[in-house]
Amino acid sequence: MSSWLDYTINGLIVGNVYALVAVGLALIFGVSRLINFAQGSIYLVGAYIGWVAVVQLHTPLPLTIIFVAVLAALVGLIIERFGLRPLQNSVRIAPLLATIGISFVLDQLVMLTFSPNPRALPSQLPDVRFQVGGGTIGPLDLLIAGVGITSALLLFVFLRYTRLGWAVRAASQDRDAAMQMGVDVNRVNQTVFGIAAALGGVSGLLVGMYYNQIDTAMSLQATLKGVVAEVVGGAGNVPGAVVGSLLLGLVESYGVAVFGTSYRNLFAFLLLVVVLVLRPNGLFASARQAPPEPLTGTFIAPSRPVRIPRWALAVVTAAFAVLPLLPVSFYMLQTLINAWLLGMLALSLTLVAGTIGQVSLGHAALLAIGAYTSALLSLTLNVPVGLAIISGGLMSAALGTILISPSFRLRGHYVSIATLAIGEIVSLVILNWEGVTRGPIGISGIPPLSLFGYDLISPASVYWFAFAVMVVLALLQARLLGSHLGRSFRAIRDDDIAARAYGLGLNRYKSLAFIFGGFAAGVSGGIAAHLYSYINHETFNTQQSILALTVVILGGLGNVVGAIVGAVALVGLPEVFRIAAEYRILIYGIVLLLLVRFRPQGLLGTI
Amino acid sequence: MSTSAAEPLLELTNVNTFYGQAQVHFDLSITVGRGHIVCLLGGNASGKSTTMKIILGLVKPRSGEVTFDGASLIGLTTPQIVRRGIASVPEARRLFADMSVRENILMGAFVRNDRSAVTQDLDKMLTLFPKLGQRLSQRAGSLSGGEQQMVAMARALMSRPRLIVMDEPTMGLSPLYVDRVLELIRTINQEGVSVFMVEQNASLALEIAHEAYVLQTGRIVLSGPARMLKDDPRVRDAYLGGPEAA
Repeated sequence: MSSWLDYTINGLIVGNVYALVAVGLALIFGVSRLINFAQGSIYLVGAYIGWVAVVQLHTPLPLTIIFVAVLAALVGLIIERFGLRPLQNSVRIAPLLATIGISFVLDQLVMLTFSPNPRALPSQLPDVRFQVGGGTIGPLDLLIAGVGITSALLLFVFLRYTRLGWAVRAASQDRDAAMQMGVDVNRVNQTVFGIAAALGGVSGLLVGMYYNQIDTAMSLQATLKGVVAEVVGGAGNVPGAVVGSLLLGLVESYGVAVFGTSYRNLFAFLLLVVVLVLRPNGLFASARQAPPEPLTGTFIAPSRPVRIPRWALAVVTAAFAVLPLLPVSFYMLQTLINAWLLGMLALSLTLVAGTIGQVSLGHAALLAIGAYTSALLSLTLNVPVGLAIISGGLMSAALGTILISPSFRLRGHYVSIATLAIGEIVSLVILNWEGVTRGPIGISGIPPLSLFGYDLISPASVYWFAFAVMVVLALLQARLLGSHLGRSFRAIRDDDIAARAYGLGLNRYKSLAFIFGGFAAGVSGGIAAHLYSYINHETFNTQQSILALTVVILGGLGNVVGAIVGAVALVGLPEVFRIAAEYRILIYGIVLLLLVRFRPQGLLGTI
Repeated sequence: MSTSAAEPLLELTNVNTFYGQAQVHFDLSITVGRGHIVCLLGGNASGKSTTMKIILGLVKPRSGEVTFDGASLIGLTTPQIVRRGIASVPEARRLFADMSVRENILMGAFVRNDRSAVTQDLDKMLTLFPKLGQRLSQRAGSLSGGEQQMVAMARALMSRPRLIVMDEPTMGLSPLYVDRVLELIRTINQEGVSVFMVEQNASLALEIAHEAYVLQTGRIVLSGPARMLKDDPRVRDAYLGGPEAA
């Protein structure tokens, strides 16, 4: 009984922390209709600013909190001014992608400055526990609760009784009408980004103290949790975000109590998917509000694709095919093999995100399903590797489509959130389903690639294999896009209501796209598993999903050749310029930001 | 083009507007005289609403001049234009649905800093729109269309504007409310506020307007004092797309 009270207290405290992140997300979503994926990065920055203050400057606690809030707010203002304001009139997907790019850049800057190793962030409060009923509570718990409640009250007073607060509310309900009342929307944006960043930064500080540890992996987790809490409460609904956060904290805490720590995140994402499917406007929205999402077509940058003559494509393909016969280094072949694997993933994502308009942020899950299926089949059932890889592709196609199907009824931002959550769920199931996946230990000793009994050991043979598979997939996909089916896909992307009015069943076509895309991604994952010989639940992570999305945008959404060009560019160029590995993610983030700003249609144009 | 004897308050001169490749306005010139009600008539896709957006700075013209009280509005942001003394009643009202009626009306005074005078003006709105008195703390989104139109008009008046621009103020209202709204526009005008309104309902708009312009696919095809246009068969022709259709 006493432990239940402890779990409740813990759930509420953690909920308070989530609320500080989620409220900021809700404010920003309210005003800009934007899910700010950089919110977790500000939380991370807040934690490290706090570390500098506590450990190096030895500031007293109140000063630490103010210091973190002010500097984090400054980061928020910079993001708004230089990252997002220039994108005000661009396509709707642009600011979303920009926040992803900004989060890559911020996380990497923190990692490069402070090293990826975890650091201790000592709490500046005495370590005592008071007995409350049957449970215990410490001064830090009270501080977190106090900061959470105070922030909520201040925010309420601000929104309800100040001029600027009214401007924020008016702008979040009708931006154009607010402007016609004389509201300066840029100032409103600045205000909400400043507030969101200050709250997010303080949240990072408090969490760091709570666990006495900070590391760079905090960022993505915080963004995900904040997004879950915000969507559960109803996107853009500030009080809803607070309640959603507390609910999330409790669900997680009780989940941990019953099943164990490794289930914490699984409950968070299951809660999100359930809410998205049953009440996509959040638990507290009345039915009158439709999700304020535009048609998917307006989400994608329109453009005229660059036409490349067939003979040129044939020549380039032939050149890459004979490459291993030339005196090229082992390292170069290795790099290109990685590019081909990423190319297959990008083919899959460009079909799903570009052609049919479902911007997936969880695509790495399809790799994982293919990889685990192929690895386990060949290891435990001695299935020949070639057959195992194809089975991996089929499994990804089937399972991936089934898993993603709840998101078929969603649009725009919500698809991205749902796919992100589904991707995380796959990774967490792999972690926890030890009987099949061997859990956190991972799978080692996966047999090498082989075809018809011949092991593909030499780099040249692996290269040919991967290249051939990718070219076949690309040809199939190009054929698909030119067909009636491809046209139906694009019709659904451009206007799903009109498409439905003409008799296209959305679920059926979205399923077909995910089946085809899932197969390509699963094959890529399967090949990777046999190539690496060891995989675990973190081999295919969200970072890879985002990398794939960057590749796809670089090449041009929906563009088959573009997906491959993008993969070669993003994998190959850092190698050519000999950029150290730790700077690569930073470069990817910057590439994404520059693309969104200057060439949202990608190198070869969207189709 | 000026048919007004009054001194001009708002002037659009040779405005050309484009949405991408498509041209919306062709050398559009409109004058709103001080103290007048001017209406812009036209069918669908004639460029009426875009004219409103040009005045409010929500859309920028490619060429041409827009002046208010002698000073150019080109290059100003919407909030800056509102501060110059132009208020708007947007198409379909566009109230802040989740804010209360009182908050909506007070949002109209956002650009003002004289709090006590704002409170007095709120009382004045309640005499002008007596029905809103019982609705002050209600969510604006829960009102009927006609009541919402009252709130939108009160909201516009709260900034003490010299000019109110209205986009189809009678759209979607019951006939009872249509008369009431037109009556109110006349009252507002008699208190010294100039009105520029865009309307589809020509016969009603011409009842209260001083001057009118007829817009057809981006060009002014007819303009003059409202009482002269009222009986002009060309007004109807312009709507129905030419004499052969009439």
